[in-house]
Amino acid sequence: MTTTTTKSAYLAGLRDGAPFVFVAGPFAVLFGVLATEAGLNLFEVMTFSLVVIAGAAQFTALQLMQDNAPTVIVLISALAVNLRVAMYSAALTPYLGAAPLWQRVFVAYLLVDQSYALSHARFEAVPQMSVPQRVAYYFGSCTLVMIFWFGCSFAGAALGTALPAELPLDFALPIAFLSMVAPMLRTLPHLAAALTAIILSLLAVEVPHSLGLLIGGIGGMIVGAQTELWLKGRHA
Amino acid sequence: MIDQGTLWTVIIGLGVGSFLLRFAFLGFVGDRPLPDWMLRHLRYTAVSILPALCAPLVVYSGQDEATEPSRLAAAVVTLVAGALSRNVFVAIGCGAATLFAAVYLLG
Repeated sequence: MTTTTTKSAYLAGLRDGAPFVFVAGPFAVLFGVLATEAGLNLFEVMTFSLVVIAGAAQFTALQLMQDNAPTVIVLISALAVNLRVAMYSAALTPYLGAAPLWQRVFVAYLLVDQSYALSHARFEAVPQMSVPQRVAYYFGSCTLVMIFWFGCSFAGAALGTALPAELPLDFALPIAFLSMVAPMLRTLPHLAAALTAIILSLLAVEVPHSLGLLIGGIGGMIVGAQTELWLKGRHA
Repeated sequence: MIDQGTLWTVIIGLGVGSFLLRFAFLGFVGDRPLPDWMLRHLRYTAVSILPALCAPLVVYSGQDEATEPSRLAAAVVTLVAGALSRNVFVAIGCGAATLFAAVYLLG
């Protein structure tokens, strides 16, 4: 009985996760292409994708390394881009915290936007799921996305240098990032945070060691949080 | 060219750091709630850091720190299309189409 329900939970996750291969795939191809253009070999590209599994953080690190930013700044900035996974970890803990440690290690390793969003919605909607069923659903929702993530990183790296030189690839990264950000700008605090970050990063462009990125980012976060508090105060 | 030592330090550091971020609460904290002020700031990380990274790449996209019109047009179209459609792929498609059209037309 338990085996069948665990299996059906895995299959449900697999089915729900399937459409997200169209999100993960193109970004993985783009990372493979840009990393190869930046001089990384196939082994380096694949290790990067396998060890980090975070598109936005990988793109950030790649860009800053090409700008010759100090290693510490590269690491801090890329991890800042990835801070949201800590929020996901916190949000899933009430549902998966009781799973065995070795399972939580793998849950953590595979924690990305898609696996969080799908699983959290499912666990909230079906509160009677057992912990093994939740774990099975979670791994189901990751399976196809991860296969595409690694496969498409490989394809992008293999394709990399074969692309014509006149393609404006220098601008693929800003377009990818702006397309991720634009749909998130749904409230006034989000807009205020983004605008502040843009203005500060432009003013701070002369600051050495690519610190302008962190100045803009932290400034945006503070303004976003303060705007949220201010709006709440007005409605209270 | 990216220095080999830097590259491997970043790959390993980012791998370990990302894992620790992901494992932090699942592994160490349990289900104790996070302080409100921290959650409130964490909500705005993505919408702050990513625009801060892009803005200089857009504004100083040309020769000698000038703005390349094709890049500026592509960035604006990507943002507007993404904000209106709430869809990543519509945004990328419109932005890339604008970039190709502008590069082709303006040379």
